[in-house]
Amino acid sequence: MADQTLPIGGSLDITPERSERQTLLEWLQAWVVTVDHKRLGILYVVYSIFFLLVAGAEALCIRIQLMIPNNHFVSPETYNELFTMHGTTMVFLVGMPILFGFGNYLVPLMIGARDMAFPRLNAFSFWLTAFGGLLLYYSFIGGFGLYGMGAAPDVGWFAYAPLTTKPFSVGHATDYWALALIVSGFGTLGTAINIIATTLSMRCKGMTLLRMPLFVWLMLVVSALTLITITPLTAAQVMLLIDRYLGGHFFDAQAGGSAIIWIHFFWIFGHPEVYVLVLPVFGVASEIIPVFSRKAIFGYPAMVAASAGIAFVSLGVWAHHMFTVGMTSVGNTFFVLSTMLVGIPTGIKIFNWLATIWGGKVQFRVPMMFCVAFLFQFLIAGLTGIMLSVAPWDWQLHNSYFVIAHFHYVLVGAIIFNIFAAIYYWFPKVTGKMLSETLGKWHFWLFFIGFHMTFDTMHFVGLLGMPRSIYTYEANRGWNHLNMIVSIGAFIQGIAVLVFAFNMMHSLRKGKEAGNDPWDAWTLEWSTPSPPPEYNFATDPEVYSRRPLWDIKHPDDPDWKYE
Amino acid sequence: MRPAHNYGHPIETGVPRPPHEPMPWVDPATNQTPSTNIDTKQMKSIFREYGARAAGLSLLPVLLAARSWADGPQTTPSIFAPASTPANSIFGLSMFVLGITGAIFVVVGGLLAYAIIRYRAKSSDDASEPPQIYGSVQVELAWTVVPILIVVVLFLTTARIIFAIQDAPKPKDALDVTVVGHQFWWEFRYPTLGIVTANELHVPVSTPQDPEPTYLHLLSADVDHSFWVPQLAGKTDLIPNHPNETWIEPQHTGLYYGQCAQFCGVEHAKMLLRVYVDTPEQFAEWVKDQQQPGVQDPQVAAGRQIFETHACTNCHTIKGTAAGTFGPDLTHLASRATIAAGAAMNTPADLHEWIKDPDHYKPGCLMPAMQLSDQEIDQLVAYLETLH
Ligand code: HEC
Ligand SMILES: [Cu+2]
Repeated sequence: MADQTLPIGGSLDITPERSERQTLLEWLQAWVVTVDHKRLGILYVVYSIFFLLVAGAEALCIRIQLMIPNNHFVSPETYNELFTMHGTTMVFLVGMPILFGFGNYLVPLMIGARDMAFPRLNAFSFWLTAFGGLLLYYSFIGGFGLYGMGAAPDVGWFAYAPLTTKPFSVGHATDYWALALIVSGFGTLGTAINIIATTLSMRCKGMTLLRMPLFVWLMLVVSALTLITITPLTAAQVMLLIDRYLGGHFFDAQAGGSAIIWIHFFWIFGHPEVYVLVLPVFGVASEIIPVFSRKAIFGYPAMVAASAGIAFVSLGVWAHHMFTVGMTSVGNTFFVLSTMLVGIPTGIKIFNWLATIWGGKVQFRVPMMFCVAFLFQFLIAGLTGIMLSVAPWDWQLHNSYFVIAHFHYVLVGAIIFNIFAAIYYWFPKVTGKMLSETLGKWHFWLFFIGFHMTFDTMHFVGLLGMPRSIYTYEANRGWNHLNMIVSIGAFIQGIAVLVFAFNMMHSLRKGKEAGNDPWDAWTLEWSTPSPPPEYNFATDPEVYSRRPLWDIKHPDDPDWKYE
Repeated sequence: MRPAHNYGHPIETGVPRPPHEPMPWVDPATNQTPSTNIDTKQMKSIFREYGARAAGLSLLPVLLAARSWADGPQTTPSIFAPASTPANSIFGLSMFVLGITGAIFVVVGGLLAYAIIRYRAKSSDDASEPPQIYGSVQVELAWTVVPILIVVVLFLTTARIIFAIQDAPKPKDALDVTVVGHQFWWEFRYPTLGIVTANELHVPVSTPQDPEPTYLHLLSADVDHSFWVPQLAGKTDLIPNHPNETWIEPQHTGLYYGQCAQFCGVEHAKMLLRVYVDTPEQFAEWVKDQQQPGVQDPQVAAGRQIFETHACTNCHTIKGTAAGTFGPDLTHLASRATIAAGAAMNTPADLHEWIKDPDHYKPGCLMPAMQLSDQEIDQLVAYLETLH
């Protein structure tokens, strides 16, 4: 227990000074054996950014191949590996770990705790996730693909059976896919349990559930959702391995198994997974938009309810990925309805963000620019989502580039944009240095232009009948110019990401000192020094409202009077 | 000494602090209020952002225009150029949904754009914070109820079309075709007509006087595939051990392009599909031709002998000669315009190259190279060319 009688928290400096001159080995060891939630958070984020670059490079190879019809830049085998690895990497090795990394770093700070509930489980989870990623990429050397050479998985990130069963997928590429995801899946489960335990039992004095920052709320919801969704994926992968090695017939249609069962399992995981990725960034936006609008979030309780609502409804919509597998008309109709229902809480969120901006004093700093772009893009993604939920229209749009465009609008337009916003926003806290605003604007505009060239155009290629997962296309289909534009946009995004990477490295060394609270923000993490000390808070903080620092900065008009 | 850590600092709620006294832990260097002015560059950026979307939206009419010159088949298989009953009703529904979502976009996007322009921080602002508004039950209820109403409308319209397409009663004189998906080619069987063919589907046109839809029974011999000819109907998957059904009712004759729409392995991209919609007379004639056994032309006996004495017969059927079923039926190969599911044209040169090295057109496809000499292949091709 912290000693509440001490007048100044800083005097409670119980950690000895770290030795100034660490050897490289000591430095490395400190990172490897760390159980500090902040260090693990940083490890997660660095790990994810590394794989973001890898999977981004894979995407660029895909786009070179599709630039012109009948291109021979890569072989069909390689192409199939590229899109499988791109998808798998982006979802499992970039999206999830980076968001759990943010959660790891920020949740304890935001709720006034000194660490996660289970620091050692936390480290274990990270290293499991990390090894899962390495295992997946080792397949490039160790896996025997469909074609009898060292090969990465090439069955799509959705890996529909029976294409993944032994007769159609010889060698070990598919095994690497399944095992890697099982391993990293356990890591994710550990982190989810940890975040739930932390938010439920480590909150500081006065931090009631309904005073938690929305980011923390969303991490709580997401962690609960993760526990539910990772399980069916792991189960399906175990079944697949049983089929492949122990003579099982779960998915072996020839022996009476069912190919549909895999599709169900995959999307019972896969659909909520989209929300596992998008809900944390709703949290990010709900932290950043108020600060740069200089207003409290509008309708906090509705935001919490809408998040929980989205998570709940998202568990009952998976078969909207399956409108073409031949369900009955009644089955299709049910999933149309449940899917459209998601639009309601989602709409509430968009309106609440809008109302937060309304009447504020909006400052267009780089994090806010990314968030504003996110609002527009997420609006469009939501509307194309409604189009896809209309089952008959989905019979046309399913597995076309329209779907690819739609979900990249979510995964890039909403998630990656907010991840960038979050990095610009919290980088000063984590490193003590500001990211360069000029480079940040370059990064934003390049990425923004590239994003729209690529993904706006993709919608149209899809409407014109181009299916996904094809390594090449016929020249007379009218898709040539559009594909060229898509590819050019992809390269512009690639350049933007390089600008971003440069900005990080440059600012880390030469950036402006950030100070504790560069954005004049309101949540607890901004009351700590940048970077925060190992124990976060010398004494247990005590809060009286959702915006503790607002209360301190505006003692004449504190929030707790209104909540 | 380390810098003072903050949260030791007790929150003196009882003792109000003068509003402008800086927080003890705030770095004096960054203590000024964050930049509150917006320069012209940022203004332009806002407009550009809004403009880009307006431009995106304005592309839609261009696509819709595609429909006007498109009463019939196109080389671009646009879903907005429907030429068959189910595709038509989907098109109608999609326009309705596009209208509603477009309106939502204009209203909400407009409000957003208005808000970020109207409420941007101005250089004339003082450093004070704007009024804090925490929520409003009435407003929040309003924007919950309106979306609910929209969902109800969308849902009911959608449900109607689902039932109209999926549960349409099958007319007695409808043509039945069984479609079997194979790793990287299509097999078409007409059980009532005794025809088996591959990759190029022939169906009769349906006219108001003589409506004749075609019902497709979808099976798979190996992995999942999906039958998609955008101008004729939405896609339906072919899944092993899970028979599916779909139907088309084309109103314009001509050639329609489609392709497999479910990733099925290495040559998924080259699993193309052609649908020929024939006049009733053309169709009757095609049926008559297809029902004949394979032509037995003595002039190409050499090629036929090669065919019969090599493994070709294990995989291919030529009625009266060979009965393999692993590959496409070749009885009337010469009546088709393409080979290998659209990967190559059905010309002597392409056929030669195909038999010599199938991987040349479709690397990874399931037909092996047979190590025949060029001369043997020429004889083979001459034989295959006679199979009308
Ligand atoms: C192992 C089985 C197998 C053998 C043996 C085989 N083929 Fe094939 N053949 C196939 C398959 C499978 C396809 C379809 C390939 C595709 O489109 O992906 C095919 C396609 C073809 C086609 C194109 C048919 C069309 O309409 O698209 C021709 C022509 C052909 N084979 C001729 C031959 C000849 C001639 C031989 C003997 C020299 C032969 N095949 C031996 C399996 C075989
Ligand atoms: Cu296929």
